[in-house]
Amino acid sequence: MNNARRPSMIGDALAQVGAAGLFLFAILAAIPKSLRHFRETLRQIWFVGAMSLVIIMTCGLFVGMVLSLQLYYTLAKFGGTAALGTVVALSLFRELGPVVTALLFAGRAGTSMTAEIGLMRATDQLSAMEMMAVDPLSYVVAPRFIAGIVAMPLLACIFNALGILGAHLVGVSWLGLDNGTFWGNMTANVDVWTDLVNGVWKSTAFGAVIALIATFQGYTTPPTSEGVAYATTRTVVSSSIVVLALDFVMTAFLM
Amino acid sequence: MNETNHPNGADPATAETDAYVQIRGLHTVLNGKVIFDGIDLDIPRGKITAIMGPSGTGKTTLLRHITGQLDADAGAIRVDGRNVPDLSRNQLFDLRERIGYLFQNSALLTDFSVFENVAFPLRQHLRLPEEIVRNIVLTRLQAVGLRGAAELMPAELSGGMARRVALARAIIRDPGLMIYDEPFVGLDPIALNQVLKLIRTLNDTLGITSILVAHEFAAVRRAADHVYLIAGGKVAAQGHPDELAERDSPWTRQFFGGEADGPVPFQYPARDYAVDLGFPAGVA
Amino acid sequence: MTQPRRSFQVGTGLFILLGFAALAYLATQTTSVANHTQGDSYALKAKFSNIGQLKQRAPVKLAGVRIGSVQSIMLDQQSLSAVVTIGIDKQYQEIPDDSAAAIFTSGLLGDQYVGIQPGGSPVMFKDGDEVILTQSSMQLEDLIGKFLVSGDSSKAPPKADADGPGTAPPAKP
Ligand SMILES: Nc1ncnc2c1ncn2[C@@H]1O[C@H](COP(=O)(O)OP(=O)(O)O)[C@@H](O)[C@H]1O
Ligand SMILES: [Mg+2]
Repeated sequence: MNNARRPSMIGDALAQVGAAGLFLFAILAAIPKSLRHFRETLRQIWFVGAMSLVIIMTCGLFVGMVLSLQLYYTLAKFGGTAALGTVVALSLFRELGPVVTALLFAGRAGTSMTAEIGLMRATDQLSAMEMMAVDPLSYVVAPRFIAGIVAMPLLACIFNALGILGAHLVGVSWLGLDNGTFWGNMTANVDVWTDLVNGVWKSTAFGAVIALIATFQGYTTPPTSEGVAYATTRTVVSSSIVVLALDFVMTAFLM
Repeated sequence: MNETNHPNGADPATAETDAYVQIRGLHTVLNGKVIFDGIDLDIPRGKITAIMGPSGTGKTTLLRHITGQLDADAGAIRVDGRNVPDLSRNQLFDLRERIGYLFQNSALLTDFSVFENVAFPLRQHLRLPEEIVRNIVLTRLQAVGLRGAAELMPAELSGGMARRVALARAIIRDPGLMIYDEPFVGLDPIALNQVLKLIRTLNDTLGITSILVAHEFAAVRRAADHVYLIAGGKVAAQGHPDELAERDSPWTRQFFGGEADGPVPFQYPARDYAVDLGFPAGVA
Repeated sequence: MTQPRRSFQVGTGLFILLGFAALAYLATQTTSVANHTQGDSYALKAKFSNIGQLKQRAPVKLAGVRIGSVQSIMLDQQSLSAVVTIGIDKQYQEIPDDSAAAIFTSGLLGDQYVGIQPGGSPVMFKDGDEVILTQSSMQLEDLIGKFLVSGDSSKAPPKADADGPGTAPPAKP
């Protein structure tokens, strides 16, 4: 959007990363004051969490179903369909649950955060708050950041649960795998801490990263309709890249 | 430009001790454009001071300097005894709690009703019982003639109504300093009169110091105790409105008499018109 | 922040509750936590000459239904056989004390589990009893070896090694 600065795109990207880092510290510093706006935080959890339920649950169900179908086909080649439950649960808990939920979350909740804050910036609402001695960092940004951190792991768990349900539906009810085998194999091989809880930690980190990117993009957007549009796009693009990169790093070091 | 009086000149209203806001040697450059080129200015306590000047001259920018929303390149801005550029974020918020600011574009919070917009500063800073909040908000809305619109959303208001709601919000906490950025724009004559009276009343009864940015000289003349005319990054003229109106200078003649030609160019600085249209220079 | 809209708070509470319910469900139903039935189980011991790939927390089944899990596996230094302690859920009290235990594999390559073949005794197992009749894990290698051997001497079908005296191999439960 700013033609004059095209040549230094890498420099710009680095500057953005640095600015986002500083923004993170500003948010963290604003969190104590934001506890006074507890209701606002609850409202944001409602907006980014509860309002994302439909898409998360639907996608979770379908991902579980297709995973079951694909893995059954693959496992059947080795006569190992008994392991279906295990493989589905492990892929969901360790990888697909956190990552797919994060990507959906960035598209559903991250964009709305950016657009909302960007529009507040463009219509001087943030300045108005500053002039009323209300810090927009603690009233607008911090509640959304906290909401992202709280809602994301919960959504990932719901996604996982629906995924398991979908896998069971396809594997047991449709393909005729034994119910006891499905669950027994799963429970014998899936560990609460290394598999399930580590996945939850991952999704918490993703929630923080997405909320940071989304609020940062909204807060620093140029106050124009084009600026808000670009900022929204950037939220999705940067969130997706950062989530996948962070996923690799966390998987390598945590799991 | 020679006609600029020195701020510490004869006018008793600008005596240093009395100034709520005191600006010295203000320099600002935005995007390579010089907005302020050394401005000295005093806003006397308990008075209404009008700031006038052509659009784009930096009136809003000046207000943003005073409230610490924008840093100046050089100069001292003392508000109520404290130098704004030196204040920390928290100190700035403390200062702003005592300033009411009416935005040029109203800047209502679009997710809240008119009532909640006006109640916002109260809810954020004070823990008051709901009935008291209600009473305060309704009296302020009554003062701007919009008590009946309390449950409307900002999107359902006209520009003039939104301006009045923003005014009600700005005065909700009885500030020590009120700043009005073009409060009369978009108001019908009746509402304009009401708002004008309100500004005067707030000043007379509560002794609120006021800064009034406006273009309507007739209105300014009825309300303001002192006028600063800013043009070309400097204070072009100042004085009591009546005195200014009678003073015979190209600035005042143009600005208060509405002549297009004069020291203030009507055109934003631009290339030669003919060249822009593709003709050889000087043809148009 | 608006006062009248309490529905947000209720809705948010329900959402958080739903999320934690999902987490609790996943933790208790799909992970190894489901196999810990501590507190409300009673223990039985069983000796096997060979347990194959049997692992701690492997399921214990009767007629295909999971009734408990393997709690520990130790080596008895005297008899040089494996002592497997299995926990049976408290709700399954009526298991005759002449029932047999065997180690089975689910599927060809699946995990191993302990199967209980009920007997006919009027006396029921109680906490700490030993399962006398046991049958060890079928080793795939052994099986293949036996088929090869039984190929030339067309005798009885291959007999699994049993260490209980006079054990008839229990049918796979
Ligand atoms: N954020 C900004 N960045 C760059 N230039 C600005 C910015 N805000 C205002 N300006 C410029 O400063 C000048 C003064 O603007 P403003 O103070 O809004 O004028 P007005 O006197 O009409 O209120 C204008 O020429 C405008 O182009
Ligand atoms: Mg302006």
